[in-house]
Amino acid sequence: MAAAARGYSGVWRRAWQRAVACNARGGAVLAGKSGLAPWVPVVGLEIHAQISSNSKLFSGSQVQFAAPPNSLVSFFDASLPGTLPSHQNGSSAVVQKLLTGVLNRRCVEAAVMTGLALNCSINKKSLFDRKHYFYADLPAGYQITQQRVPIAVNGSLSYSLCIDNKMSQMVTKTVRIKQIQLEQDSGKSLHDDTRSQTLVDLNRAGVGLMEVVMEPDMCCGEEAAAAVRELQLILQTLGSSQAVMAEGQLRVDANVSVHHPGEHYGVRTEVKNINSIRFLAKAVDYEIERQIEELENGGTILNETRAFDSKLGCTVPMRDKEGKQDYRFMPEPNLPPLILYDAKSLPANMNHQQVVNIDWIHERLPDLPSVKRAKLVEQYGILPEHSFTLLNEDGLTEFFENVVKQTQMKPKKVIGWILNDLLSYLKQHSLTVEESPVSSVLLADLLNLLEKKEISSTAAKQVLAELWKGEGKTPLEIVKEKKLELIQDQKELEQICQAVIDGQENEVMAIKAGNRKVLNKLIGLVQRETQGRSNPVLVKQLLEKKLSE
Amino acid sequence: ALKGGSPFQVSAALKEGRVTPTELCQKCLSLIKSTKFLNAYITVAEETALKQAEESEKRYGRGQPLGVLDGIPVAVKDNFNAAGIETTCASKMLKGYISPYNATVVQKLLDQGAVLLGKTNLDEFAMGSGSTDGIFGPVRNPWSYSRQYKEKSVPKSHSQEDEESNWVITGGSSGGSAAAVSSFTCFAALGSDTGGSTRNPAAHCGVVGLKPTYGLISRHGLIPLVNSMDVPGILTRCVDDAAVVLGTLAGHDPKDSTTIQDNFKPFDLPNLTDVSKLSIGIPKEYHAPGLSSEILSLWSKAADLFKNAGAKVIEVSLPHTRYSIVCYHVLCTAEVASNMARFDGLEYGHRSDMNKSTESMYAATRREGFNDVVRGRILSGNYFLLKQNYENYFIKAQKVRRLIANDFVKVFGSGVDILLTPTTLSDAVPYMEFIKEDNRTRSAQDDILTQAANMAGLPAINVPTGLSERGLPVGLQFIGQSFQEKQLLTVAKWFEKQVKFPMIQLEVKRHDHGAFQHQKSASFS
Repeated sequence: MAAAARGYSGVWRRAWQRAVACNARGGAVLAGKSGLAPWVPVVGLEIHAQISSNSKLFSGSQVQFAAPPNSLVSFFDASLPGTLPSHQNGSSAVVQKLLTGVLNRRCVEAAVMTGLALNCSINKKSLFDRKHYFYADLPAGYQITQQRVPIAVNGSLSYSLCIDNKMSQMVTKTVRIKQIQLEQDSGKSLHDDTRSQTLVDLNRAGVGLMEVVMEPDMCCGEEAAAAVRELQLILQTLGSSQAVMAEGQLRVDANVSVHHPGEHYGVRTEVKNINSIRFLAKAVDYEIERQIEELENGGTILNETRAFDSKLGCTVPMRDKEGKQDYRFMPEPNLPPLILYDAKSLPANMNHQQVVNIDWIHERLPDLPSVKRAKLVEQYGILPEHSFTLLNEDGLTEFFENVVKQTQMKPKKVIGWILNDLLSYLKQHSLTVEESPVSSVLLADLLNLLEKKEISSTAAKQVLAELWKGEGKTPLEIVKEKKLELIQDQKELEQICQAVIDGQENEVMAIKAGNRKVLNKLIGLVQRETQGRSNPVLVKQLLEKKLSE
Repeated sequence: ALKGGSPFQVSAALKEGRVTPTELCQKCLSLIKSTKFLNAYITVAEETALKQAEESEKRYGRGQPLGVLDGIPVAVKDNFNAAGIETTCASKMLKGYISPYNATVVQKLLDQGAVLLGKTNLDEFAMGSGSTDGIFGPVRNPWSYSRQYKEKSVPKSHSQEDEESNWVITGGSSGGSAAAVSSFTCFAALGSDTGGSTRNPAAHCGVVGLKPTYGLISRHGLIPLVNSMDVPGILTRCVDDAAVVLGTLAGHDPKDSTTIQDNFKPFDLPNLTDVSKLSIGIPKEYHAPGLSSEILSLWSKAADLFKNAGAKVIEVSLPHTRYSIVCYHVLCTAEVASNMARFDGLEYGHRSDMNKSTESMYAATRREGFNDVVRGRILSGNYFLLKQNYENYFIKAQKVRRLIANDFVKVFGSGVDILLTPTTLSDAVPYMEFIKEDNRTRSAQDDILTQAANMAGLPAINVPTGLSERGLPVGLQFIGQSFQEKQLLTVAKWFEKQVKFPMIQLEVKRHDHGAFQHQKSASFS
């Protein structure tokens, strides 16, 4: 069954990608196997972003990744009887008093920032609720969240993706943001199946999360992945979350269903356990495909929670999430409403240090990725798709800008070296920009040699190959050592040209007979002779001059 | 160092050196032993209490007591966390649980130099109105062993069996604290009050029971029953003492966001001489079915007392009162279901041996750890919170709660200062009688006059008023306006002075020494 499904998937995916391509503005409409009934996949996302903060949402405990298990747990985090939510540490007494000391101010600001960046309306009064379920890493038996009135609602996120994997064909789409809610993270359960034990680490219990709920406006894995990538960039730009999926700071659950055009949405499944953007695309596409196949074979889709198995590349029902949960939501009685202010509603005797002021945060929002991209295109004259690549890689924009600052080479030319040489090398060796053995200074030095015509571009590539070794040599040292500088002595070059002409009688005859293309061969030979140390333009001039003598 | 508040009279004795904190502590500890059969205490912290007394003695020696409560022996209901001492909630679920921290109120008592004698008995997780439903057994009302009761109610034979079958309940759920204060084993005790749990046993045990305004005293460290209604309660022998304890406990706590932000100023209670400017409201709805005729007559006598002293006494209406108990039932059980979710056997407390799966362990732990009453409330609470029921029950109950609170707002807005009502429908009933009805029925009956104040968050106090025909205490309740504790207690003090409630004449039969009277110890109070 699984093998059959996989065999089918290849064919299907190609067909489906075509469908997406020619239907880039609306939802993808897929022809079913029979060719009669097309399917419309619908994808919505629930994204949990861990707020980047030194302390937890409702307690003063520290937040730190990979700390010793259960070392960052307050009495409240462990839900000891009689404890109440109270974030006492980390902020000044005055701030505590006005936020009533319960909430981590930083978490509130992060959520407001994120809400503003996602074009949401910020609720000046939001409420907290309890969501009940029993789980080993949820010590209170409920999670404090914002179900009824969340901190931000009704936003949107624009994201771009390329069609048919061609960078030149990009489309921009928008997904509506239903809401952003502040909530507590749970602890972590570590299951030891062999000893049938579960170990619980509560370090994460109570860490502030933003749950971003995206409306089902997407139709395939690629779109979901692109939307999440854009959100990730936004969060990282704001600093509201580090949003590293591998570290669990960004967790994505996908709601997937399929239906026929004009009909109601189908029964949806929720796919969890997705820990990279690549897997998100895979999981969503697999699930769409599975549902279509299931339905076409006369089956039904269950409203269930499924886990993505990244090794098998498929989704499987989650055993412990069987059956529908009733979370028995209830207002959290120990927390007053969360009140935010704007310039208009701010009480006269308070300043921004004392309350969370939406306008104040709005004015200080950094440039978002879309603005940054537009600025890069405008400032450097690079192509829009290049600006996407620059922003997609952590630190690449900064690297590029640093190189540009330190060289006379035009940014349009620099971008080629950045994307074709630097980036592909890093990808090949699975390195981050930060880990690059060639710094922006070294690359700029190299490009300057090229720009000043001291070396040829062929030689420049040779130098770069040396630089990757990271032996601490400067480009100039390598040029000297390998004797790669252009031959500045015109007489020497003329002699070499003459020697090449003398050795290639047939070719010279062909050129003289009017076959100018053959000239390139001669130029190549000169280059070989000089080991790339000659300026091809100059060589061409010299050869032409000599051949017309 | 003694700022504000009228000190306990014993405080003066301590300051003058007529008695030392250690002597006082030892006296209380020995009384606790001789009244052990009352079952008022779950844990007696003899060692730490004596140590605290010793420290206090040193402070008095240096002439630097910490405050009015320095050296005063107190007891705390066993649903408040006290570091290093067992906190059980009278439940198997928490038996043996030792808290690592002090509840804010416990900390404040200790900061004042109070000597913590131990933890008092209650209904399991404070769910009940008799102090009969905890795993440590029922609390016996000290008045069962008073000369007053024996003379009027116990058959002449005075046999052991008669005494055994005639003892009356304390009321609840803070029955241990009420019994402890009533039997002189401590000078003040903390209870908790969610639907009347402090005032009800105070009425039955003939002591003062104050339920302050919601938000005036921190709930941090009080193991919750209903977060939106729970208030730490104060049980003392007189109104002045209640004011002193209130002064030490009240005020903002950063650990409880529902406490008021304003600073609370402890106050001295004036001796009211003129009540002519007072307007006392008599809510007609409190003339509830089942109200005993003697309480009714005591109530009207009290109203006459005010009237004769020149106060304006008017009948008022709180029309939504009759929906209060049903509404309370929904809100209470819903929060109980939520608050009890943390008791899953993983982090602390009882854990079942069942290890088939985590889920089966949860189920077995909770089945074994909670009694029927707790499990019943969890079950109904979860039912009310189900998606399909939430609107019809929880939301509706919240709306009714608002109407009930608005009833009070209207009455107080019309110029009434204080409401005067009975605290209980009757005097305490014998245990054998009480257990004929189930906990839910009893709670519904017994909370009827008290829980509306919790719904509205208002301060209310039981003042012992007189003895019933059976020689048992009967109390009346004053309900005040939000955060107007000073006014409430001032009126209560005036009333207390007029009614001259008799002192309990406790006759404790010791197995070896025969009858032992210790009303002498009452001279401290």
